[in-house]
Amino acid sequence: MMMKPDTSNPVAGTSPNLLVATIRKPWIWSYLAALLAFLATMVLSGGQGALSLLYAALTFASFSVMVGIGQMFVITLGPGNVDLSIPATMTLVATLSLKFMGSEAGLILPGFLIALIVGLGCGMFNFALILLLRIPPIIATLSSSFLYQSLAIWSNRGLRIKPPEPLAEFSTSGVLGLPNLALVALLLAGLAWVVLERAVVGRWVLAIGQNLRAAQLSGVPVHAVRFCVYVGSALLAAVTGFLLASFSGGANLNMGAEFMLMSIAVVVIGGSSIAGGNSNVPGIWGAALFMFLLVSMLNSYGLGAGVRLVLTGIIIVTVVIVASKRKHSA
Amino acid sequence: MNRELMRILLPVLSLAILLGAVFYLQPRAMSYFGLNLLFNLAIPVALATMAQMMILMVNDIDLSIGTFVSFCACVTATFVQETPLLGYAILLAAIAGYAAIGALIYVRGLPAIVVTLGMSFVWGGLAVMILPSPGGAPPPWLRTLMTLKPPLVPLAIIAPIVIALLAHLFVKRSSMGVLLQGVGGNERALERAGWSIVRLRATAYAVAGFFGVLSGMALVGLTTSADANIALRYTLLSIAGVILGGGEFTGGRISPIGAVIGALTLTLAASFLSFLRLSPDWQIGAQGAILILVLAARLLVSRREAAA
Repeated sequence: MMMKPDTSNPVAGTSPNLLVATIRKPWIWSYLAALLAFLATMVLSGGQGALSLLYAALTFASFSVMVGIGQMFVITLGPGNVDLSIPATMTLVATLSLKFMGSEAGLILPGFLIALIVGLGCGMFNFALILLLRIPPIIATLSSSFLYQSLAIWSNRGLRIKPPEPLAEFSTSGVLGLPNLALVALLLAGLAWVVLERAVVGRWVLAIGQNLRAAQLSGVPVHAVRFCVYVGSALLAAVTGFLLASFSGGANLNMGAEFMLMSIAVVVIGGSSIAGGNSNVPGIWGAALFMFLLVSMLNSYGLGAGVRLVLTGIIIVTVVIVASKRKHSA
Repeated sequence: MNRELMRILLPVLSLAILLGAVFYLQPRAMSYFGLNLLFNLAIPVALATMAQMMILMVNDIDLSIGTFVSFCACVTATFVQETPLLGYAILLAAIAGYAAIGALIYVRGLPAIVVTLGMSFVWGGLAVMILPSPGGAPPPWLRTLMTLKPPLVPLAIIAPIVIALLAHLFVKRSSMGVLLQGVGGNERALERAGWSIVRLRATAYAVAGFFGVLSGMALVGLTTSADANIALRYTLLSIAGVILGGGEFTGGRISPIGAVIGALTLTLAASFLSFLRLSPDWQIGAQGAILILVLAARLLVSRREAAA
C-alpha cells in the first residue's frame, strides 16, 4: 500500500501522467536494476527456481532494508551525517541479547527488550558525542563503534549461543508465501514512509538536511530531531542485529561487517541524495533487492569470489554514475 | 601561525602522555629495540593516513583505502617479487586508476563516499584474484629496507619523521600543495583564477594512491607475506588518524605532521593495553576511547581559545 505512486500529486490524476510521474521517481531505477539482475539469472537457469530466488531475495533484502531505513534518516540530515556504528551496534546487540536469552524460549520478550535497550544506549551515546563533544558524526560513530565492537568481543568470548527455538523458527519461516522477516521489514518501511512523507517530524528532518540554519531559524527543534534520528538508526540496527542472529543461528563478531557498506549503498542506489535533504523509502527496498539479486546473478554465472567482488564494485559505481547523470539533465 | 601551532600541540601532547605511560609501566620499552617494536607497524598505518589526508584535503572521503592497501600488498608480495617490471607497472596503473576516480567523482558530481565504497569491492576483488590465500614474499630489497637498523635511532622512529616532513613539505610548502588545500577551502575561487579543478583533484587522488602503494609495500616488507584482507582496518584507522592529528573534514584544513602523530598514537593505543596486562579484547576499544578523549580535550581548548 505504501509503495504505490504518490496519488496525492495533482499531476498524477490520469493514467499517462501517472506513468510519467512514476518514471520521474528517483527510486524507479533501483527496481529496474533489480529486475534486470533477476531476469539475467533466470535466463541462465531457464526460469527454474524463480520463486525460491525471490523468496531468498526478500529474506536477505529485509536486513539491508531495516538498517538502510535508519541510515537514510541519518543521511537525510545533511552533509557529514553518516552512521558508521551500525555494524558494531548490530553485533553488540546480538551478542548481549542472545547471551541473555541463553536459548530459553521463555526469555524471548525480555531478550528483545534488552536488544532495544542496548540499541537505545548506543544511539544516545552516539548523539551525546555529537552534541556534547561536538565531534563530527562520522568520527563520533566511528569511535563509538570501536567501543561497541570491543564490548561485543569481551562479552562474546567466542561462544556461539543458539537463539531460542521459537525465535529461530519465526525468523526462518513465513506466511502466505512471504518470509516473516520481509513482513517485518515491509511494516517498518511503511512506518518510515509515513514518518518521512506524512508526519511533521519527517518534514523537519528534510528541512534540516536542506538547510540547517534556515530550519533552526524557522523554529524546528533541531537537536531533538537529530537525537530521534540517531537513536532511531541505532534502534533499527538493534532490531536487525537481533533478527539476523536469530536467523543465522547465533551471533558472531563480524556478522555486521557487510552492513556498513550495505546500509549506505541501499540509500544512495535507492535514489536518495547523499548530500541530504532529499530521500525516499521505496528506493531502499528496490536497492536492497538489487544488491542481493546482483550477487546471486554473479554466483549463478559461476564466477570466482574475486571476479564477483570486482563486478559488484563496478556495477555499484556504474549505477551511481547513471543515477547522477539523470539528475543533471533533469 | 599560532593557530597552526595549537592544532599540532594537542596531538603531540596526547602521544607524549601515552608514551610516558608506556615507559612508566614498562621501562624496558625505552630502548632501541623496544621503540622499534612499539612503532614498527605504525609505518604502513602512517602512510595510509597520508593517503586518506590527501582525499580529506579536497573535502572527499576515501572508504576504499584499506582494501587498496591490501591490493598493493598482494601485488608487492607476488608480481613485484617475481616479475618486478610487471609488478611496478601494475602499481603505476593502480595510481592512475586512483587519479581517474578522483576526476570521475568531480566531473560527474558523484558522492565520493559511495564511489570509494564501490571501489573497495573492486580493489578487494582484485586482491582476492591475485592472492586467494595468504602467502607471497617481499622483494629482497624491501625486506632489507624495512629491517634496516640505523645507528642510535630505530627505523620505526626515523621513517614516520621522514614521512611527516616530506608530506609537510609537499602540502604546506610546495605550490601544488597549497593549490590542493585551496580546492578544499574554496574551489570556486581557484576555478575563477583559471586553475583546472579536475586536474587538481586528479592530482590529489594520484598522490593518495601513491601513498597507498607505499603503505602496501611497507606492510609486506614488515610482515613478509600478504593476504587480501591484510589492511582492511586501515580505512577507519586512517580517517581517525587524520582527525586525531587536528585535521577536519572540510575546508582543506589538515596537518601532515599531526596526522602522522595521530597514526602513531592509535598504533600505540592498541598495544598500550598489553602493558596494563588488560585483555586484548579491548584493543579496538582503546583506540575509540583515545579518539573520544582527544577530541573532548580539543573542545576544551577551542572553548578556552574562544573565551580568551
